[in-house]
Amino acid sequence: MNVINLDHISFNPLLPEVREAMIDAINNKDLHNPSSQHKAGEKSAEMLAQARQNVADLINAADPKEVVFTSGGTESVNHAVKGAAMANREKGNHIIATNIEHNSVIRSLKRLSAQGFKVTSLSVDESGRVDPAAVADAITDQTILISVMHSNNETGTIQPIAEIGAIARENKVLFHCDAVDSVGVVPVDVQALNADLLSFASNPFYGPTGAGGLYIRRGTRIFPLLDGGVQEHNKRAGTENLIGIIGMGKAAQLAAAHMEERRAHLADLKKYLVEQLPQYVDEYIINTNPDHSLPNLLNISLKYIEGESVMLMLDEENLAVSTKSACATGSLRASHVLLSLGLSHSDAQGTLVIAWGIDNSKDDLQKLLSTLSGVVSTLRSMSPLYQK
Amino acid sequence: MYNQVVMDHFKNPRNVGVIEDPDGVGEVGNPLCGDMMTIYLKIDENEKRISDIKFQTFGCGSAIAVSSMLTEMAKGKTLDEARKISNKDVAEALEGLPKNKLHCSNLGADALHMAIQDYDDKKAGIVRPREEREEKHEHGDGETCYCPYCDVELDEKASFCEACQRDLTEEH
Repeated sequence: MNVINLDHISFNPLLPEVREAMIDAINNKDLHNPSSQHKAGEKSAEMLAQARQNVADLINAADPKEVVFTSGGTESVNHAVKGAAMANREKGNHIIATNIEHNSVIRSLKRLSAQGFKVTSLSVDESGRVDPAAVADAITDQTILISVMHSNNETGTIQPIAEIGAIARENKVLFHCDAVDSVGVVPVDVQALNADLLSFASNPFYGPTGAGGLYIRRGTRIFPLLDGGVQEHNKRAGTENLIGIIGMGKAAQLAAAHMEERRAHLADLKKYLVEQLPQYVDEYIINTNPDHSLPNLLNISLKYIEGESVMLMLDEENLAVSTKSACATGSLRASHVLLSLGLSHSDAQGTLVIAWGIDNSKDDLQKLLSTLSGVVSTLRSMSPLYQK
Repeated sequence: MYNQVVMDHFKNPRNVGVIEDPDGVGEVGNPLCGDMMTIYLKIDENEKRISDIKFQTFGCGSAIAVSSMLTEMAKGKTLDEARKISNKDVAEALEGLPKNKLHCSNLGADALHMAIQDYDDKKAGIVRPREEREEKHEHGDGETCYCPYCDVELDEKASFCEACQRDLTEEH
C-alpha cells in the first residue's frame, strides 16, 4: 500500500535523522534517568539539556530553562491555561480566548468556568482572524489570562499574535499562545510575540508524537499540572520521556536549520494547489486565509457533498486527507471553527483539510486533484442538494 | 471504521437517482450531523407493491450505505411489508454500524415510511404542508448521548458527563 499522505496535520513521519537519533538512544545501554546523580545519569542529563537548548533556539527562548517538556500539545495547553488560571486566581477570574481555539483550550476553559472563572470567547471575522482591538476591549480589571492560538489546526489561518501579545503586555495580562501547529513549520519567536506561555508539540516538525513542550517565561506565575518530583525545574513532575525528547531535540535542530527551504517548498505546493483547483472542481469555498496562513494546509468546503464521504473515496485511491481536526473526528457535529467563520451547516460538513508535508510533491497534489474531480462528481450525482 | 458490507454499499451504492413523476417522496434531514436523504417510490397499483425505488443522499459513508441497503430491502415489497422495515432492520442488514453512526440508520426507514405516507396522502387527496413532509430528526432511542456543557458526544446513556463530571438530565 503506497498511500500519499496529505493529512500531515494529523501525523507527520519521523525524519530519518530523528529516527536515527532515537534508535541510537534506545541502543545506548548507558542511557539512564537524567535525574540520577551518577555518571550515566549525568550523561543522560546532558543529552536532555542539549535537546532543551535545541528547542529553546527554535522558539528563541532567552533561557533553555524556560522550556518545560511535556507529553505533547494537549498537556502543554492544559498546563498553560489551567495552571495560569489557578495560580493567578487571587488577581482575578476573567479569561479571554477566541471561539476557534483547539478543544484542548476550549475544554480547559469549560472546566475552569465550572469552577467560577468567567470566559470571554471572541468571534473571528469571515477570514478567520480575531481583531486585536476586540481583545483590548474585552480586558477588564479581572482579566488574568489571554489565550489565542497562533494558527488554526483546521484552517491554517494565522492570528495577529504579535499585536495581541503587545496588548496583553501593555495591560499586564498573561498571554498564552497555542502554537502547536506553527512551531517548526513557520518562524515562531516568543520574544517577538510577547508570549508568556507558548505551547507546542514535536510532531508538526517531524519529531515523535508523545513529546511536546511549554514555554514559560521566567517569572510567570503558573501551577504545575502534575505534582510529584522536582523534574523540569519543578514545573512538571515525572521522569522525562528521554527517547522522545532526544528525537524532538533533533527535529527542532533540523527545523531551525531548514526552516526557509521547507517553507518555500510547502508554499510552492500551496500556490500550485490553489491555482489548479478550479480546473478540477467547481463550487467550493476556501476557508483558509489567503494572506495569513500556514504554508502546508488548505481547508476547502465542497458544496452539496459531505466531507467524510469524500475522505473515504479518496482513501480508496490511497490518498489520505482529513475532514477536520483529528481530535474531533469522533464527533458528528460540524466544525465549530467553520461555523464561526459563518459557513452554513451543510457547507461546514463538506469540508476537506488537505495538509501536505516536506515529503510531498506536485505530482501528489496532481493525483489528488484528478481523483477529487471524479469523487466530487460521483457524490454530487447522488446529493439531493445538487441541482445541476 | 466501517465493515465490508457497509463499505460495499458505500462504494457501489444501489438505486441512486431520481424517479421522474414519483408516486411517493420522503425527505428527512438530521440537523445533528447534516445528513439529508430523499426516497422516491414508484408503486404498482394493482399489487400495492414498490416497483421502483431510488434515493438521493447528502451524508457520510454510513448514510449512503443505509440509503443503498434500504432501497434494496424495500424494492419489490408490498407497502405493508415495506412499512414494517425498521431502522434496526437496516442497521442489522448492514451487519452493524459504528455506535456514533447509528443515527444515520434512523434516516433510512423514516424516509421510506414518509414516502409511503406521501403516496397514501396523494391517493386520499390530502395535501400536507412542506414542514410536515420534511421530518427533522432529533436524538432517539439507541443514539448517542450528548453533554450540553462540554459539547461532547457520550458513548452511552449516562447519568453524568465523564468530561465535566456534571449530572446530566433525562433529555441529554
